[in-house]
Amino acid sequence: MNKSNKVVVTIISILFGLLVGALTLLIAGFNPIEAYGVMFEGIFGSPKYISWTIVRSTPLILTGISVAFAFKTGLFNIGAEGQYIIGSLVATLVGYFLKLPIVIHAIVAILAGCLAAAIWGGIAGFLKAKFGINEVITTIMLNWTALYFSNYVVFWEPFKRPNRDASQQILDTASIEILEKWKVSDAGREFLKNHDFLREFLNPPVNFGFIIAILVAILVWYILKHTTLGYQLKAVGFNKDAAEYGGIDVKRNMVVAMMIAGAIAGLAGATQVLGVSKETAILTAVEGYGFDGMAVALIANSNPIACIAAGLLFGGLKYAGSKLQPLMGAPLEVINITIGVIVFFIAMPKLINILRTAISNKKRGVKVEDTK
Amino acid sequence: MSNIDFNTKVVEMKNITKKFGDFVANDNIDLTVHKGEIHALLGENGAGKTTLMNILYGLYQPTSGEIYIKGQKVEVTNPNVAIKYGIGMVHQHFMLIDPFTVTENIVLGMEETKNFGILNLEEAAKKVEELSKKFGLYVDPNAYIQDISVGMQQRVEILKALYRGADILILDEPTAVLTPQEIEELMEILKELTKQGKTVIIITHKLKEIKQVADYCTIIRRGKKIDTVKVEDVSEEDLASMMVGRNVSFKVDKVDKKPGEVVLEIDNLYVKDNRGLDAVKGLSLKLRKGEILGIAGVDGNGQKELLEALTGLRKVESGKIIMNGKDITNLSPREIIDSGINNIPEDRQKRGLVLDFTVAENLILENYHKEPFSNKGKLNHKAINDFAAESVEKFDVRPRNINQLAGALSGGNQQKVIIAREITNDPEVLIAAQPTRGLDVGAIEYVHKFLVNQRDNDKAVLLISFELDEIMDVSDKIAVIYDGKIVDIIDSKDADENTIGLLMAGGGVDDEQEQ
Repeated sequence: MNKSNKVVVTIISILFGLLVGALTLLIAGFNPIEAYGVMFEGIFGSPKYISWTIVRSTPLILTGISVAFAFKTGLFNIGAEGQYIIGSLVATLVGYFLKLPIVIHAIVAILAGCLAAAIWGGIAGFLKAKFGINEVITTIMLNWTALYFSNYVVFWEPFKRPNRDASQQILDTASIEILEKWKVSDAGREFLKNHDFLREFLNPPVNFGFIIAILVAILVWYILKHTTLGYQLKAVGFNKDAAEYGGIDVKRNMVVAMMIAGAIAGLAGATQVLGVSKETAILTAVEGYGFDGMAVALIANSNPIACIAAGLLFGGLKYAGSKLQPLMGAPLEVINITIGVIVFFIAMPKLINILRTAISNKKRGVKVEDTK
Repeated sequence: MSNIDFNTKVVEMKNITKKFGDFVANDNIDLTVHKGEIHALLGENGAGKTTLMNILYGLYQPTSGEIYIKGQKVEVTNPNVAIKYGIGMVHQHFMLIDPFTVTENIVLGMEETKNFGILNLEEAAKKVEELSKKFGLYVDPNAYIQDISVGMQQRVEILKALYRGADILILDEPTAVLTPQEIEELMEILKELTKQGKTVIIITHKLKEIKQVADYCTIIRRGKKIDTVKVEDVSEEDLASMMVGRNVSFKVDKVDKKPGEVVLEIDNLYVKDNRGLDAVKGLSLKLRKGEILGIAGVDGNGQKELLEALTGLRKVESGKIIMNGKDITNLSPREIIDSGINNIPEDRQKRGLVLDFTVAENLILENYHKEPFSNKGKLNHKAINDFAAESVEKFDVRPRNINQLAGALSGGNQQKVIIAREITNDPEVLIAAQPTRGLDVGAIEYVHKFLVNQRDNDKAVLLISFELDEIMDVSDKIAVIYDGKIVDIIDSKDADENTIGLLMAGGGVDDEQEQ
């Protein structure tokens, strides 16, 4: 399948998903046109909504790239969730305990988060390379390990914020929020009073995370396409026997691939902490950024650049979906089912292909003949 | 010939056309097969012979054309229909369940049951035994598939078809995996089958076997039927030129050459297989410059493990591998490549190519980290593409598209890509494992010329092949491997097929033990 074909299939899948989602809403007794109207309005209705969509989508783009990258190298990273948690925990620790000048503090906190998450991901890679333990199993278990480890650390006396189920907040020097101080300063208030768009747009915690995510997408694309590292990783991913035969160190590449994937997922956690939440909360269950990242990677067909669009789409759906409840009285469950159905179909371009092949019945025969 | 009943046309395929999209796999092909006949379908890879048989067996529907079985017009919509009309097919890759017994495999899908659905395997085993006696297809009904040889497994496949009442047996490349002796036995079995009124269609590109066993041969080239000939009336050369569309030379042209000094020395090598058992057991061998050393042997006598040990993919337990005086035992694959050993791997799709990589990407698999293909970790796409364009031209890879995925190439062209890559480094030692497996005569000729060319340039070639003919044609010296050891080394001028075949089957070893 060529590139333009893939894009067409993805778009058809998205439309198909929306269609079936509409059906779900209809069955649940809601007017789908009205509901989609509300969702559309909920994303594009105001600059504020747009920036919220971007803020909400940023971690999904990054976890999506993490999963996509691992997938390109033949690994199924179910552990983006745990890597995300480790990344946010370490970024919070560094953001709170270290005293560093502005900018440098944020960079150090991000790098620390990435590094910790890289090690966390690397554990799964190491276990696979050394003992042949399937990364799906180890990463799932490491997700829970990360969750409880994070909770344990947050309960640590000097770190925990009294009377709250969360850690201390990061120092201002570590924040990556854009114009955070200025927004609430007198001069800022005065300026924004006369600039509606900017005021609205800056209302949510707009931060550098989105820009970082775009840069990472480009970087990962570049690595995969233009470097020997990417070549090796892909060779191992596509056919590790041939890679090994060609002199590529398969085991080392597995560990490296998981470390990079971990670092990207950790970056998602770090930017979320430094740009939005400013703290690590005590979690009773995983937040789902890593799992949503798998959906994003699927929609994006594991293309890191496409993860930007896929992350925005997914984040937008989640964000806009949450508005159906107050505005239409639709229960949260119906909304989640609808989103689920939409994603289900989006993530299934194969289905569209099967439908297309069933109609034309061309491709399969050619393939069989080719293998002869 | 005496078995043919010319009054009964058991299979008639008329004007069969099969299109896959724009690709015409079968173009208006006619095929007539009489009762009791052994009919060979000859053609290059991708010529459309398997497609034609898949249509007969109901795996594909023809785009147009008609099929008559025993005079009756039929629509073979799926294999079950084919089986109902008495057609059985033995595929190139066996479809057997390894942990099941012979009987269990044969009755699979039509098991005899007692009351309450309890399997009646004793009854089935009896039936299997009767069948195998009747057609001279000896197998142990209670043996497990994983424990029996490939030749035995093939018999099981044939029995499976007969058990289902097949009168017309289609065999797809039946001899590809067999030893000379097993091939001999298969030929006898096929003749026996026709004696008892069965009809056999074999798909093959091995001319020798056609001459040996077939009554008629239909030649297909690029989807078109070229001719149906009486095998008696034509020579192997005639068949080959009809198949390829030009004259083909079988003889590998080689001038005599005195081998030079030893480049690669294997000394008392021990290597374990995947189960942890010794597969290579004290193997010693010397390879000289300007020499092709062929290793003849039946699959599973340690060739795979030897090859992997030589290329650094498998651990050497004890013994030494010396390359140019340097110990390369247990070095990494890359270090071994750098020492001057390159390898055409046994399994081109598993080891040789990354099928999801383009031709260009595959061509640099061993050299991507070197200049000019990359510099400080950054790939140089221009250098890669230039090199790839030059290689596909030089090695005649078709199509000439360096951005084609390797998986989309035909087997022969995939092999050319591998050869193009392996020759880049101008290796002192080339290890060619099964370099012509699944290739047609045209491509085989090409590969053989290439190996000889290496030798003539004073390089050393180690050829590992299960095709005895290939070993005998190409090698200067033949080492016979049996049970992980070299049992004999013979100058190829003095070699004859029977002696080597016997050695391959362990004949020589048994003699020694008896003495």
